[in-house]
Amino acid sequence: MQAGNLVLLLVALGAVFYFFGWRRSYAVSAPLGGVRHLHSLPGYYASLAAVWCVLPALALLGLWLIIDDAVIRTNLMASLPSSIQPANEVDYNLLLNQIRNVAGGALNPAFVPAEVVAAAEQLVAMQARNQQMMSIAFVSIAVLGGVWGWSRVQPRLRARQQVESVMKWMLMGSATVAILTTLGIVLSVLFESIRFFQKVSPVEFLFGLQWSPQIALRADQVGATGAFGAVPLFAGTLLISFIAMCVAVPVGLMSAIYLAEYAHRNVRAWAKPILEILAGVPTVVYGFFAALTVAPAIRGFGESMGLTVASESALAAGLVMGIMIIPFISSLADDVITAVPRAMRDGSLALGATQSETIKRVVIPAALPGIMGGILLAVSRAIGETMIVVMAAGLAANLTANPLEAVTTITVQIVTLLVGDQEFDSAKTLAAFALGLMLFIVTLGLNVIALKIVKKYREQYE
Amino acid sequence: MSKTTEQVRKSLKARYSSEKRFRAFGITAVAFGLLAVVVLFTDIISKGTSAFVETYIQLEIHWDPEELGIDDPTDPDQINVADYDALIKAALRERFPEVEGRLDRRALYQLVSSGAGFKLRDQLAANLDLLGTTQTQWLLADDDVDIFIKADVEDRQSKRLPEVARPWVEALERDGQTDIQWNASFFSHGDSREPEQAGVWAAVTGSFFTMLVTLALAFPIGVAAAVYLEEFAPKNRFTDFIEVNINNLAAVPSIIFGLLGLAIFINLFGLPRSVPLVGGLVLTLMTLPTIIISARASIKSVPPSIREAALGMGASRMQMVMHHVLPLAMPGMLTGAIIGMAQALGETAPLLMIGMVAFIVDIPGGPLDASTVLPVQIYLWADSPEASFVALTSAAIMVLLAFLITMNTLAVLLRKRLERRW
Amino acid sequence: METAQKLNDTAQTNPAARMAQEPETMNQRIPYPERTIGKPLCDDPKMSMRNVDVFYGDSQAIYGVDLDIGKNEVIALIGPSGCGKSTFLRCLNRMNDTIDICKVKGSFMLEQDNIYDPKLDVVELRARVGMVFQKPNPFPKSIYENVAYGPRLHGLANKKFELDEIVESSLRKAGLWDEVKDRLDQPGTGLSGGQQQRLCIARSIAVSPEVVLMDEPCSALDPIATAKIEELIDELSGQYTIAIVTHSMQQAARVSQRTAYFHLGRLIEVNDTNTVFTAPEHALTEAYITGRFG
Repeated sequence: MQAGNLVLLLVALGAVFYFFGWRRSYAVSAPLGGVRHLHSLPGYYASLAAVWCVLPALALLGLWLIIDDAVIRTNLMASLPSSIQPANEVDYNLLLNQIRNVAGGALNPAFVPAEVVAAAEQLVAMQARNQQMMSIAFVSIAVLGGVWGWSRVQPRLRARQQVESVMKWMLMGSATVAILTTLGIVLSVLFESIRFFQKVSPVEFLFGLQWSPQIALRADQVGATGAFGAVPLFAGTLLISFIAMCVAVPVGLMSAIYLAEYAHRNVRAWAKPILEILAGVPTVVYGFFAALTVAPAIRGFGESMGLTVASESALAAGLVMGIMIIPFISSLADDVITAVPRAMRDGSLALGATQSETIKRVVIPAALPGIMGGILLAVSRAIGETMIVVMAAGLAANLTANPLEAVTTITVQIVTLLVGDQEFDSAKTLAAFALGLMLFIVTLGLNVIALKIVKKYREQYE
Repeated sequence: MSKTTEQVRKSLKARYSSEKRFRAFGITAVAFGLLAVVVLFTDIISKGTSAFVETYIQLEIHWDPEELGIDDPTDPDQINVADYDALIKAALRERFPEVEGRLDRRALYQLVSSGAGFKLRDQLAANLDLLGTTQTQWLLADDDVDIFIKADVEDRQSKRLPEVARPWVEALERDGQTDIQWNASFFSHGDSREPEQAGVWAAVTGSFFTMLVTLALAFPIGVAAAVYLEEFAPKNRFTDFIEVNINNLAAVPSIIFGLLGLAIFINLFGLPRSVPLVGGLVLTLMTLPTIIISARASIKSVPPSIREAALGMGASRMQMVMHHVLPLAMPGMLTGAIIGMAQALGETAPLLMIGMVAFIVDIPGGPLDASTVLPVQIYLWADSPEASFVALTSAAIMVLLAFLITMNTLAVLLRKRLERRW
Repeated sequence: METAQKLNDTAQTNPAARMAQEPETMNQRIPYPERTIGKPLCDDPKMSMRNVDVFYGDSQAIYGVDLDIGKNEVIALIGPSGCGKSTFLRCLNRMNDTIDICKVKGSFMLEQDNIYDPKLDVVELRARVGMVFQKPNPFPKSIYENVAYGPRLHGLANKKFELDEIVESSLRKAGLWDEVKDRLDQPGTGLSGGQQQRLCIARSIAVSPEVVLMDEPCSALDPIATAKIEELIDELSGQYTIAIVTHSMQQAARVSQRTAYFHLGRLIEVNDTNTVFTAPEHALTEAYITGRFG
């Protein structure tokens, strides 16, 4: 890998310039009577030389990695003979892939037109030339930068401040990764969603009752465009999340209350970590458990009662998802319950309230905002949970409220639409991003509200 | 007795029974949670343990050069492409001479795993003197045979082994020609269509490279971001915005990060699909909030007096952070990082989005080789129809859980060991 | 009132004397009395405690205390920090039950009932013996709900108007009615500190307890709010038996009829408030009220 080698080379160059910078700082300080007459410690001068060597070169490399491919592609496609110039975007991509595959040896040149073979050869040549030019530019910039940094080593140079400000900028850069991530999420789902909404109207997507994204192979087939009404997915997601919350909220809340208010210290010391194991189990394990153990059990039980139960019933997925969320709710509830001041409990007990009356009438009302925030966070988690539903819920988009039937969810559809081969322009693939956008908006909304509530609640008792 | 006392006494009975109900409800909730843990683990362990061993069948192998199609043993090509399955078939025919007819014969040949020939090839390649000799060999059985042998006698009726083959397997068992041995290939092979040959090693290596990328990126960036936010950031809107972003990212569904990876890393930057590098990048973005939040907490717990002492000695802010705050906060940061890594190790959904669901037979050699990871392997196996894959899946889950438990224990120990009380 | 003023002066003007004496050396020099000095017992007690020992884990907090609390009297428990007066008070309505490591020995009688009798119900006990805490702790509910909480719990009012009556009369007794009658539906936590404390007093007298225990009810309040509470205690003194723990000797002098002096878990001296403050018998009591340690 060329870029990797260049980075290794750069590290070596940086080390060399660090060494020379170090040497020079001693050299320039010798006539003055030692390093204590320098403005900064020799290490800072050395670092500064190394920074001058490394940073500009790295910036160049990054820029090159980003634009190299696009430049080559544009030049290559422009230079193609008119006989094979692509007519539209799809052909363009097809042709480009063909050329690349020939160039990379994945496709036998005998199977493609001679023009393509020629283009592939040209591509290889262009890549090699660019690579070469890049390597030369990279090394010269690194060396020039290093020499510049080295030559600046003077007793009066404020090397420490300069190195520290570089470090500070790097720290700040790291902090902005969070913003860039959010931006990346928003942009990536938003752009693809906009492309999707150009093909399918948002009204149909948001209010349509029919979901069958499979696009027919031939244009004249029935239902050729597919149907993208997402209401059944929303309903399925809500149904499963609702079942999950029905399990998780009472169990999580009551176990938090019991462990915080009633249980003996030793019981608490054991039971709490064991419950928290549930939070550390990967979701794929829950999915397996739901699909292979819980779903058949529910089906068997339902059938013994004379009910028809789908083998991928919403109940199984919801139940297991609820189990997954129990520790989430119980630890959040535990936090807020233990944050209720002891004085509140004492006040109530001193009036002759029983313990449960104190909990029900004083502790829970006082902790309610925090508990609500926790539950909202849990709902957002249930809605975004993927693996359990992918493995245990169905694929067919049924619009039903019956927990014994199979339903599908937003996340299941995102996975089915995007796993496997995809063409990036079909409405089918883009629909996944539109669903992703919905998911992001809903969970983001829930999170923002929940975090606000929790934060406000914390301030109340701090 | 006052009026109050009377009234209170009257209400007591109902109030105490409500107290009891409430308490019982609490106990039930805790018990339900604990029961869920127990059921989950016993279910997986009971399904998975059988996959750590597998059935072998004893056969008399005649190393017949003619049958193998070898006329020049010194030619490695011939050794490589020789028909080892023919030897096994011959051995099976010899063991069960009564079996005739094309269909029955075919069923007979399927008693032995299709991968058993490779074992013979390796043996021959190592020792050419074997040619022409006769030898007793333990050969890997097919997964249907494996399940049949492992099942209790009364359960066997329901197994998938074809009706015609049952007496043969029972005959082998009676004669002591079947044996259950440690399944070493499970820990050394990649994925396979044949359950008896499938292993987790490719997935474990894939997970390793993915985690390596994640750790190499997430830890330094996370710590740097935490240091900036705690020690350098001015209190302004920009900083607040970063904070809000971090808190929200921590709660964004993981699959959204998969969409981000697909759209940005693969489609925009043109990185290859299915490789640990991209997986690591996606998981980095996903675990960063966790790491930043825990790193900030441990920086916060360093008392201000230490900072003041360092500044008072004339250290610059950066020196104070590098020399005092970071070393003191490091144990807490490491604990947070391990927990973040454990979370990333168990993550599946975003990796499905970036194509790490490929069928990987070869052990990946680096972060740019197509690979899969443990949880995805579990997902793939859980989807496979063969009954043997259920046991394999559970066994892979046990491997995954073992890694997670080790990491979490490490985190707890680290915290206990290095925790400082101010 | 005059005595208190005098005491106050001594305590305030003699900081040097206070600093010079270290409590530990004081303890060594002045022996504890064989038994409590003064009149710890009375003829017709509301509550009577004998041989009270209290332990926190392995360490003993109270040693063999005998004390009676008379009907409708106000008794003040005073003493230096950590002397066990709050602990003793919390035993009287079994609030110490909520602390796991706390063990209580001895007999506690509320009229004819043994407080620690397993057959006696703690809920009933606490309805009869109410408590007001050091820091005002109104529930995060409306003012009305705060006062109505106890009556509702115990089913003291069946109809809305009965409850309204209880709330109004309790708030009137606590001297809070005129200040809050127009905003009964606003949160109790929005009141000022002194009002909150009076709300807590109203809350505890709403269940018509026989005894009200007050654990330093004014220590978190400013002087004006303190004066109001003291006035209130004075008004309530005819109707309720009140035991008040206080750090302020002036307060004890102002509001109580009897005063009990605790020192490091022992009850040193109990007597009429006047006697304790003007003619303390034991040297430790004297040392305390003259402000030589606190």
